Amino acid sequence: MAVLNEEQEMLRDMAREWATNENPVTEFRKVRAAGEPHAYNADAYATMAEMGWAGVIIPEEHGGSDFGFMSAGLVVEELGKTLTASPLVATTIAASAIVLGGSDEQKAKWLPKLASGETVATLAVDETAHHDPSAIETSVSSGKLTGKKAFVHEAHGADLFVVAARDGLYLVEKGDGVSLTTRKLTDQRSHADVSFDGAPAEKLEGGGDSLLDDVLDRARMLTAAEMLGMAQQVFDTTLDYLKQRVQFNQVLATFQALQHRMADLFADLAQMRSAVEAGLQAVDGGFGVARAATIAKAEANRVLHTISNQGIQLHGGIGMTDEYDVGFYLKRARVLEASWGSSSYLKDRFAKLASY
Amino acid sequence: MATQLEPDVRADEDAFRTEVQQFLAANFPEELKGKSNALSGVDGPTNESPAQTKWREAVGERGWGTPTWPKEYGGGGLTKAQAKIIDQEFAKVGAYNPIGGMGVMMFGPTLLEYGSEEQKMEHIPPICRGEIRWCQGYSEPNAGSDLANLQTFAEDKGDHYIVNGQKTWTSGGQWADKCFAIVRTDKSDKHRGISFMLIDMDAPGVEVRPITMISGTSPFCETFFDNVKVPKKNLVGEEGQGWTIGKRLLQHERTNISGGGSLARLMGQSLGDIAKKYGETDADGELSDKVLRDKIADFEIRWNSFLLTARRAVEESKAQGGVSEISSVLKKVGTKLSQERSELLIEIRGLQGLGWEGEEFTDGELEAVRGWLFGKATTIYGGSTEIQNNIIAKRVLGMLDHQ
Repeated sequence: MAVLNEEQEMLRDMAREWATNENPVTEFRKVRAAGEPHAYNADAYATMAEMGWAGVIIPEEHGGSDFGFMSAGLVVEELGKTLTASPLVATTIAASAIVLGGSDEQKAKWLPKLASGETVATLAVDETAHHDPSAIETSVSSGKLTGKKAFVHEAHGADLFVVAARDGLYLVEKGDGVSLTTRKLTDQRSHADVSFDGAPAEKLEGGGDSLLDDVLDRARMLTAAEMLGMAQQVFDTTLDYLKQRVQFNQVLATFQALQHRMADLFADLAQMRSAVEAGLQAVDGGFGVARAATIAKAEANRVLHTISNQGIQLHGGIGMTDEYDVGFYLKRARVLEASWGSSSYLKDRFAKLASY
Repeated sequence: MATQLEPDVRADEDAFRTEVQQFLAANFPEELKGKSNALSGVDGPTNESPAQTKWREAVGERGWGTPTWPKEYGGGGLTKAQAKIIDQEFAKVGAYNPIGGMGVMMFGPTLLEYGSEEQKMEHIPPICRGEIRWCQGYSEPNAGSDLANLQTFAEDKGDHYIVNGQKTWTSGGQWADKCFAIVRTDKSDKHRGISFMLIDMDAPGVEVRPITMISGTSPFCETFFDNVKVPKKNLVGEEGQGWTIGKRLLQHERTNISGGGSLARLMGQSLGDIAKKYGETDADGELSDKVLRDKIADFEIRWNSFLLTARRAVEESKAQGGVSEISSVLKKVGTKLSQERSELLIEIRGLQGLGWEGEEFTDGELEAVRGWLFGKATTIYGGSTEIQNNIIAKRVLGMLDHQ
């Protein structure tokens, strides 16, 4: 755990308490059972926003607390532990695009509503099942945006889309020219292909040539923070299970084969945490962000992949049941691994950044 | 949060920096620029040149090779901030620290913690001056990972012990003046029957035989003790306290094996850059061998998160005033990754990367081969990876002992 300041510790403790007490995995089960396309509890999201979590990266003048990405990551990590279904990550990513690239008017119009939770927003970049920001066909002419975006996170709840077109990022409001096709994925959360057919769009003019990359790096970091919480939870739950499950008249935790596997996972988790925390700090420091975020998301992918698989294996048969939570983490893990850069995409990017 | 230094503290530091600069200008021989410390190498110190002797004596006299050790025992008596200034200024002019070896890395810190006043006065100053080389008498043929199974026996003869037995993997044993050893003083208790004592390597009955390793070098020895007389003043701590003291010393050893030091030096050159020299590239400057490129990136990402983890362990330990629990993974992860790096380096160079000797190979290529082979030892010594896994599982994760 990175060394935190007092504000950050308070924020993390608050998020941990709320997630543990008010929003355990049983709440996710309720959301799943309700079967609504937006797939989150609006009251819970309102509470989260009231606690200031939707405005952590938003400047104070626009209704946020401006605590930065390390702080946002702490909240997201805690929420990831209980698989909290909410548009918090999607909205924060979208907000970062407006913070970086928005005009004064755009900031004044949208950021306070995002911080208060009144407006839900999401980032729409990819046009196929694979992350590839270099392959964007979406285009804008005379302020009308046309294109298809695939597997957009939290699309059903979104009032505002930050859409990547060939010449930059645009704000598009839900409404005329925007239609959704639900894509139900294993994580039972909101995903949709979004079709923009001449939808009114307003460009984010600021942020320079690297705006899309910068926003994607923030998306990678917040996603990696959620993955860190998930990996930590699967590890902790699995360790507890090994300590109480008895076979051959002894608890599983006494078997050296399992001890060594847990030691390996512990080391992997330590690497993942180091990489994710360093990535969040890099965003706040504004230095070496592309490289740090690439390392962080790549490590998040690698380690959560392993831990989510081992979580099932080490739970044995019970881990295969819907009654046990561990399978939910596996199903969410793969969705997040594929989002904003799979391992192969990230390794290619790392090599490009290092010029080989 | 960085604390703002008080103005007078800053002035003191500036004055000290000037002092170090003046010392270097007056004492560091130009011909040693960029060289490393012969004494600290396990591959065998060569005879010191006059310049090396002069440099060692100059640094040793001030205690600057062991800057934070107490002044009364020959250390520098300096603060960590001052020690850092020494590091920085030495690095700037390409000067190495001539005071090193196991005395500095492992034995000294342990003796400062557990030794008597007389022992500290006798043994620490020669370490600070770089005059005495120490070796480690721990492992035995039947006590490797199960170190407490050691059988070398010290029989109580009143004012001295008579030691009989065999140690192995004694790093630098053939060049050492003295040995810190754990030996059995009580055969009835596995752990509490062990004592920590200091043995002169030139005492009658000590015989050292170098072992040739797969790398072709002989950095380790077998050490035989045949009725070796060890005065009781050379017992460190109490009789039976040797396991506790010995384990404490191993913590210093692990910190050194995994620690940034030698591993961070490897970071010097990116594997990607090396691969571009040995292999073909596309028009856009990327490696043409995409499979190799993927492997290199995969490795370097994990290597980076390891370095971040090492840094985090230091920060956490500082903040919580104790050893961070993630320190326990550094040895196992760091050694595994540096082995992987050596293997990748060979893959990148092909057969040119497997040269044993000959002018057709560069020094760098030959060193890498020896390093690759010698590096296989790193996951075995200093507590093998399997032992590290036991420690993590039991001490950190609270998984129970096998019943």
